Amino acid sequence: MKLAYWMYAGPAHIGTLRVASSFKNVHAIMHAPLGDDYFNVMRSMLERERDFTPVTASIVDRHVLAKGSQEKVVQNIARKDKEESPDLIILTPTCTSSILQEDLQNFVHRASIESTSDVILADVNHYRVNELQAADRTLEQVVRFYIEKAKKNNILKTSKTEKPSANIIGIFTLGFHNQHDCRELKRLLNDLGIQVNEVIPEGGSVLNLKNLPKAWFNIVPYREVGLMTAKFLEKEFDMPYIDTIPMGIVDTGEFIKKIEKIITKKSNLSIKFDQYIDQQTRFFSQAAWFSRSIDCQNLTGKKAIVFGDCTHAASMTKILTREMGIRVSCAGTYCKHDADWFREQVQGFCDEVLITDDHTQVGDMIARLEPSAIFGTQMERHIGKRLDIPCGVISSPVHIQNFPLSYRPFLGYEGTNQIADLVYNSFTLGMEDHLLEIFGGHDTKEVFEKSLASNLEFEWSTESFNELNKIPGFVRGKVKRNTEKFAREKGITKITIDIMYAAKESLGA
Amino acid sequence: MSFNLVEKLNFECETGNYHTFCPISCVAWLYQKIEDSFFLVIGTKTCGYFLQNALGVMIFAEPRYAMAELEEGDISAQLNDYKELKRLCLQIKKNRNPSVIIWIGTCTTEIIKMDLEGMAPKLENEIDVPIVVARANGLDYAFTQGEDTVLAALAQRCPGKPIISLSTVNDKEYSLNKSKIKRNLDHPPLVLFGSLPTTVTNQLTLELEKQGIIVSGWLPAQSYGELPFLSEEVYVCGVNPFLSRTATTLMRRRKCKLIGAPFPIGPDGTKAWIEKICRTFSKEPIGLEERESFIWEGLKDYLDLIKGKSVFFMGDNLLEISLARFLARCGMIIYEIGIPYMDKRFQAAELALLEKTCYEMNVPMPRIVEKPDNYNQVQRIREFQPDLAITGMAHANPLEARGINTKWSVEFTFAQIHGFTNARDILELVTRPLRRNQNLENLGWTKLIK
Repeated sequence: MKLAYWMYAGPAHIGTLRVASSFKNVHAIMHAPLGDDYFNVMRSMLERERDFTPVTASIVDRHVLAKGSQEKVVQNIARKDKEESPDLIILTPTCTSSILQEDLQNFVHRASIESTSDVILADVNHYRVNELQAADRTLEQVVRFYIEKAKKNNILKTSKTEKPSANIIGIFTLGFHNQHDCRELKRLLNDLGIQVNEVIPEGGSVLNLKNLPKAWFNIVPYREVGLMTAKFLEKEFDMPYIDTIPMGIVDTGEFIKKIEKIITKKSNLSIKFDQYIDQQTRFFSQAAWFSRSIDCQNLTGKKAIVFGDCTHAASMTKILTREMGIRVSCAGTYCKHDADWFREQVQGFCDEVLITDDHTQVGDMIARLEPSAIFGTQMERHIGKRLDIPCGVISSPVHIQNFPLSYRPFLGYEGTNQIADLVYNSFTLGMEDHLLEIFGGHDTKEVFEKSLASNLEFEWSTESFNELNKIPGFVRGKVKRNTEKFAREKGITKITIDIMYAAKESLGA
Repeated sequence: MSFNLVEKLNFECETGNYHTFCPISCVAWLYQKIEDSFFLVIGTKTCGYFLQNALGVMIFAEPRYAMAELEEGDISAQLNDYKELKRLCLQIKKNRNPSVIIWIGTCTTEIIKMDLEGMAPKLENEIDVPIVVARANGLDYAFTQGEDTVLAALAQRCPGKPIISLSTVNDKEYSLNKSKIKRNLDHPPLVLFGSLPTTVTNQLTLELEKQGIIVSGWLPAQSYGELPFLSEEVYVCGVNPFLSRTATTLMRRRKCKLIGAPFPIGPDGTKAWIEKICRTFSKEPIGLEERESFIWEGLKDYLDLIKGKSVFFMGDNLLEISLARFLARCGMIIYEIGIPYMDKRFQAAELALLEKTCYEMNVPMPRIVEKPDNYNQVQRIREFQPDLAITGMAHANPLEARGINTKWSVEFTFAQIHGFTNARDILELVTRPLRRNQNLENLGWTKLIK
């Protein structure tokens, strides 16, 4: 047993449902007790979905416990088949139902004999994988099922398209800015003269999965979902895939170079994208110019902390360090299952690495390092609020405000613009910063109760307290903590102005 | 469409394929209500993710609830439940020092048959913190019924005749409550049950005081130590329609006398509720008629907006009968009342009032659908085209996109809707989509799907 207040990644079935409901005309039936269908609420609210979420529950209740759920599950599948005639029905076990250890595979087999839809059982272990791993697995499972089916029926399309083409794998519902990223990737491929063959799972039809091998190569924009599918297709059809994340100027450039290499190899033509990369980098993307502008100078050496899923945390770390000259004190991820990849990615771009899915550890790390800005999930935003440190949200888990209506990709060249804005707006603006320091700040609210560290052991004299209040709000907590740390080291309990200055001098800050 | 013009309510039961919240969601409002409590939900990641998502930002305020997340070792009994729970509860005691720890059993603890009721008394003795067990699981209950299971468990802990052993704290409370009761000897002690925000309990308490009736206590109280005194001379009355288990426990285990009344939702319900309590104590209600009509007067602008409009309850929180009865009195036509579970005995007075209201307002009797089937309901909504569908969040946006006005049902459980004072708040909620859409009506974008 584990005492838990909050989690970064959801349970496995959420991943399966996200993939299932991203496809068109695929229905998921959860084998779950009443109330476990809150996925529908999340999708309907966060994504502001106009359509009914194609997920229903085959409810596990006392009767089911008593006599087994075979009849009910089979009936529910048959019913859904009749009502909505989906192409595919995915039976999804939940943590509760998996303890019952019923032979769901057998139910699926029975139901599939009578239904016109295809029926499969999502094959994920609820106690071993999380939402993201399950999504990756389910996507591969669906693709494999339809490739094999097409093979059997001799309708598999293996001849390549005439022009270079690519599949985009891993765009799906409730993904962080996925819709915008997808549009940006399509635009990028279009610029390069590459056709988009299929985008899966979002908006894709399972009946088109037989066309996947027609593409020249696969693109997996996110580390978390799609790799298993890409590897399966590579093994099966010798299709190369690109897993470089096109986030930030440098990596987007590298991503394009990889495309160049694949096309050159396949077509024996010598295609060069260098000029395109150069044009986009210097003029379409404002990020390169921004890093050079005097505004960005003020960010030099400022401390930041990055935490999120593997994809976004690794890419942000590289962008901050390599492209903006910001010092990343700590980069971390909650994707423990992919820790090695993450470490390798951020090596040399940050002072330390934190791999944890415990938000209190992240909070403690932030309190200890006292960065000027945080780039993290909604949880880090709240930690930042308590510590008076600004935070830009760069990764799931997120709230409804992170599903913006306007165009906000994180990938590609437009993505670099968005990221530059996000970073710049997160740090207190340079000039404002100076003015506040000179004039003692306009924010004189008391902050004592806000700090995480206990302040019981020190007594602040009136003058020193007043002095503290003159310090700009966003650094006040830090000054206070540094002073107390200094006092603690010296064994002093009453803090006077002299002590404050001495502390400042000793720290050189 | 055809109306059912018979004079009786008719009850139906469907498949139970409907959307509602898991009953563990009750911790969200109960931990705030019982200020010195700690709620430990013993379940899986699925439960945790639900709480985190359904309760949104509250999690960031260091709530007094947590998950005891079961891992593979717990399921396969490689780990010892008792030792594991002891470890977590000691940690909670050390960090938060609550006056009571409430264990919420979930589907998983049911299926693996974890003996929470058996372990709690042993552990309670060992760590010296009361442990109350409530089985608020999705196998047996829906949404607000979670509160019912918790209150039923707490009812057993109320001080009174030594049915259970009394802790020292409770002894003190016992005498305290007793002195309170002694102040008003002209009627037997009255305890109200149901968790409401403190402002609302104050309002209802004052409302009864105007009738010369003193409320001896509330279940639950603001803190665990203030649980009310219960015995066979105590009368109890519920304020919410989903509290049938609690009512049963109070009657059977604590020998209290239940006052069966409509619930104090809407001015009509509040009046009927007070009247019934007055009648039980043989008191003539004072100025109730005037008070009610004064409240109705104040609702006039909203009433004009909804009179003659139709409403469809998909059903997910058991407040449906009371709300429908109030809306019928407001002049609305009720097509269907979906409800997860219908306790005809506990809700008898409410059902009678609904029937009477429909008759008096000359509107058709609604059909009451227990364990509804959401798919079928959506078909019926398409057919009926009601002016308003009261529904869960899973269906709200899709229905809006199809031109059906919706109100999110869960708001009724979190808003203050009880008593005379809050009648306006109910209509504020009900009319919001109508008022909003009045503004958008002329733009011609009611159907937003392809």
